Amino acid sequence: MSGVVTLKINGIDVGAQENETILDVARENDIFIPTLCYLEGLSRIGACRLCLVEVKGISKLLPACATTVAEGMEVFTDTDRLRKYRRLIVEMLFTEGNHVCSVCVANGHCELQTLAQQHEIDYVSLPYLYPQRTVDASHERFVFDHNRCVLCTRCVRVCDEVEGAHTWDIRGRGIESGVITDLNQPWGTSVTCTSCGKCVQACPTGALFMKGKSVGEMVHSPSFLTFLAQMREAKK
Amino acid sequence: MTTKLPQSQLPEEEILRVAEQEQEEKSQYQRHIYVCMGAACLAAGSATVKDSLSEVVDQNGFAGRCAVHGGGCRGLCAEGPTVTIEPDDVLYGKITPQDAPDIIKNLGKKRPLERLHRPTDRPFFLRQQRIVLELAGKVNSERIEDYIASGGYKSLLKAVHEMSPVEVINEITRSGLRGRGGAGYSTGLKWRTVAKADGHPKYVICNGDEGDPGAFMDRSVMDDYPFRLLEGITIAAYAVGAEQGYVYIRAEYPLSVRRVQNAIRQAQRLNLLGNQIAGTAFNFDVQVRVGAGAFVCGEETALIASIEGKRGQPRPRPPYPATAGLWGKPTLINNVETFANIPAIIRNGADWFASIGTEKSKGTKVFALTGNINHSGLIEVPMGITLREIIYDIGGGIPNGKRFKAAQTGGPSGGCIPEEHLDISMDYESLAGIGSIMGSGGLIVMDEDSCMVNVAKYFMEFCMTESCGKCIPCRVGTAQIYRILDNTTRGTATLSDLEQLEMLCDMVRHTSLCGLGQAAPNPVLSTLRFFRDEYLMHIVEKRCPAGVCHLHPEPALYNDTKESVR
Amino acid sequence: MKATLALPSDDKRWRMVNATMRRHGYSSSALIEALHTVQQAFGYLDETALQYVAKSLRVPLSRVYGVATFYNHFMMKPGGTHTCVVCLGTACYIKGSPQILETLEKRLAIRKGQTTPDGKLSLMVAHCVGMCWLAPVVMLDDDVQAEATPAQAATKIQEWVSK
Repeated sequence: MSGVVTLKINGIDVGAQENETILDVARENDIFIPTLCYLEGLSRIGACRLCLVEVKGISKLLPACATTVAEGMEVFTDTDRLRKYRRLIVEMLFTEGNHVCSVCVANGHCELQTLAQQHEIDYVSLPYLYPQRTVDASHERFVFDHNRCVLCTRCVRVCDEVEGAHTWDIRGRGIESGVITDLNQPWGTSVTCTSCGKCVQACPTGALFMKGKSVGEMVHSPSFLTFLAQMREAKK
Repeated sequence: MTTKLPQSQLPEEEILRVAEQEQEEKSQYQRHIYVCMGAACLAAGSATVKDSLSEVVDQNGFAGRCAVHGGGCRGLCAEGPTVTIEPDDVLYGKITPQDAPDIIKNLGKKRPLERLHRPTDRPFFLRQQRIVLELAGKVNSERIEDYIASGGYKSLLKAVHEMSPVEVINEITRSGLRGRGGAGYSTGLKWRTVAKADGHPKYVICNGDEGDPGAFMDRSVMDDYPFRLLEGITIAAYAVGAEQGYVYIRAEYPLSVRRVQNAIRQAQRLNLLGNQIAGTAFNFDVQVRVGAGAFVCGEETALIASIEGKRGQPRPRPPYPATAGLWGKPTLINNVETFANIPAIIRNGADWFASIGTEKSKGTKVFALTGNINHSGLIEVPMGITLREIIYDIGGGIPNGKRFKAAQTGGPSGGCIPEEHLDISMDYESLAGIGSIMGSGGLIVMDEDSCMVNVAKYFMEFCMTESCGKCIPCRVGTAQIYRILDNTTRGTATLSDLEQLEMLCDMVRHTSLCGLGQAAPNPVLSTLRFFRDEYLMHIVEKRCPAGVCHLHPEPALYNDTKESVR
Repeated sequence: MKATLALPSDDKRWRMVNATMRRHGYSSSALIEALHTVQQAFGYLDETALQYVAKSLRVPLSRVYGVATFYNHFMMKPGGTHTCVVCLGTACYIKGSPQILETLEKRLAIRKGQTTPDGKLSLMVAHCVGMCWLAPVVMLDDDVQAEATPAQAATKIQEWVSK
C-alpha cells in the first residue's frame, strides 16, 4: 500500500495518500479548485487548465487534476494570478462558441455558467468569434448542439473508457476542431452508438441534451460514473 | 542475451577491413568529384549535373582516374548545384550540365575554373567550425563504406568495445552537450534518467520533425549524413540500454526518409544495427516513422502519440518520457543535431568538445541563415559567436544597401533580435535573456522593409493553425491574439487592444499545456519589447513605417479566423 | 495474426494498403502509416478507405477520422491534376509571398486549399518548402519558381493550366 504524505494547501496542513492528486486532496478537505475537463471516473487529461495551481519552488503552474502530491509540497489554489488567468480562460470559452444562456436547455445547470458566476464574469471583455457551428438532432433521443460545446472531451472519454463504443472523437485541430460521430456523420446514422446516453450525462453544458427538454430543463447527472468506476476497480 | 558470436556476424576487424577496402578502391582514383545531392541542390538540378559529369568522365577515358559520387551539402545552398573536387578541395557553384566538359578538362590543373569557382578561404567558410557537418560534401550519403572509410563508426566501436554504458553517459555529461532541439536540456542528464528508469524495453527516438518555417538544418543532416545520425542514435541506445529506435521524419522530407531508410538497411547489412552489434551482446534496431504534417509533433509527448498512431496531442508532464514514454516505457528523445554530435564527442573526448563554445553552451550550432542576407545557406558556428559576426562576416551583410532591422531565431517559439543587440553572444542563456531562444537553428535576417507587427502576426497565424486544440489557452488564445494582430495590421486596433494583447500573451504563456502554446506569445512579446513604437504607429497614426501593411481604419468585413485552414 | 479483411474492391492499390498494414502486424499503431499508403495510392482518403483501414486495424471509426483530419498531409478530397504551392515560410513571407497568394486567389477565384471547379489545379500553401534562398518560392508540381512576383506567378500558372 502507498505511504502517507503531508503537505500544505493554502497554508493549511493536510494529509494524503502518496498517489493522490492535488485535486483529490483539495476536494477531500473542502478546498475549492475549479475544473471543467475533469470528471471523476474518467482519465485525467489536464486540458482545460482551470485547475492550475501554484506550487512553491516550481515556476510553472501545475494542473491539480494530473499532479500527484509530494511530501512537504506547498500548494496555493486561489492567488490573484490564478484568478486572473482562470477568468480569462472562462471568458475565452464564451467567445469560442455561441453560448446564449437565456435559450439554453442547461440554463441553471451548466458548469460553464457556474464557472462564470464563480469568477464573477458579468461581461466578456474579448470579442466573440461567432463560429459557424451546427446542431445535430438526427438521433432519436438526443441532440448535439455544437454551438454550446467547449471541447472538454468528456463525452469522448466516457464513450471510450466506460461504454467502450468510441463513437465520439475530435476532428481537425486548433480553433477548427470539433466533436465528431464515427466518420463525421449524423449521430442518428452512427453504427457504433449504443444510445446509452452516458455522453449526455457527462456533458458540462447544454451541448448534449435529451430531446424534448425546454429551457433550463436539462439536468446532467454524471454521478453514475463514480459508481461505475468503483465497481470496475473492485472487479480487477 | 548471449555473448556467443555466430560465425555470420561481422566483428570489429571485418568493419575495419571494409574501411581499408574502400580506401584502397578510392585511392585508385586521382580525383573524386562529389556532386551535392542535398535537397537544395537537387532542386537546382544536381542530379542531371552528376549524370553529365559521369558521362563526360566515361567518354573522355577518365574512367579509371576520376570517380563521380553523390555527396552532401557544403552549406552554400544559394549557389546550388555545387560540386566538390577532392583531394584539391575545390568548390564549384551554380553548375549546369554544360559545364561538365570544362570541369573535367580542368582537373589536375593548378588553377580552378574561374567562372565557377567558389573559394573556400572566404569568411563564409573560415568563420565556421564544423563538428556536426564535419564531412560536409566530402562523403557519399548513400554508401556506408565511404562513411566508414572516412572514420565513421569508429566511435560506436570504441563505445561498445572499450566503454561501459555508464562511461559513455559520463563522457556525454562532461562534454556539456545540450539538446539542440531548442530547449537546451543537458543531454547527459537526460540519458542518465532513461538509463536509470525502471521498465523494459526502452526506446530511443530521434526527433526529425523539423517544423520551424525557415529551418532546414536537420534535413541536411538526414539527407547528407544519415550514417552519422544512425551512429549517434546507436551509441545513445547502447548507453541507455534501448533495443528499439525510431527516427521520426516529417512527411515534407521524402528525400530524408529515403536516405535514412537506405542507411538503416546498409547498417543492418554490416551488423552495425541488429542483433549482437559488432560482435557484442548489444542488440538494437531502428525504424523510420513518417510524420504527416503537424508542427506540434515536435513536442515530445505529441511525437510519441503520433508514433503510436494517434492524433499528435501532447499530455501533461510529468511523467516525462524518460520514465514513461512510448507505450509507457522509458524513452529517450533527442533531436537530429544532438545525435549527430555524439560520434565526435566519443571520438575526440569530452574535454575537446567542452573547449568549444561558452561556459554554459558547449560545442557548435548549425543555423539555417536566410532572409535579407547576401549569403544564404547552412552554417555551423561555435556557440558564443556574435550575431554581428554571423550576419556580416559569414552572411556577407544585407543586400541592396539596406539597413539591418532584426534577426529572428527560434521560429514561432522565438523572438526578434534588434540592431542594439547585434553583439549578443549566440548561446542559450544570452538569447533567453533577451526574450528569444536558440531554437532549432532557423536564423532569419530582416531588413528595414520588414514590418515587425506583420512578422508577429505571421508567427501567431502559424501557431493558431498548428495548435492541436487540446488545451483552451492555446486553442482560443492564439486565435484571439491573432485577431488583435490582424486588426493592428489593418488599422482597426485600439490602444485598449494593445493592453488586451499583453494580457492574453501573459496568460497563454503561463497556462498552456505544452511548449507550443507556452512559447507562442514569444514573437509578439519580443517585438513589443523592441519595436513597441511600430505597434503604436499602426494603432495611433494608422501607418505602417515599413510600408508593408495596408491600413484601412474601418472594421474588417469578415473574420479571418473563421476560414478553414485546410 | 488476425484474419485479414476482404479488400474493398479488385483495385490493385488496396493490396499496397494491406501490405503496409500486414508489415506492421495490423497493429493499431500502424494507422498513420496505413493512411500514408492510401494517400500515396489513391491521392486522397475517402470513406471506403477509412472504413477499410479502421476495420483492418480494429481502430474506432471516429479515431481514424480524427487522425486523418489532424494531420495536414492527409487530403479528404481529391486534389487537382496540378498543384500550385505558395510557400509561406518566414523568408518567403517577408519577401512578399502573401501578395502572390492574394493575386493567385483572385485570378483563380478560389481560396487556398481549394481546387478549381474544372479539377485542373489545387492552390495550396506550405509553411516552408526549405528553399529559403530562392524566396519567395512558388512550386508548380515539381517545378520551382524562384524569386517570383505576383504577376509572374499568375502568368506562369495561366500558361500552365491552359496546357
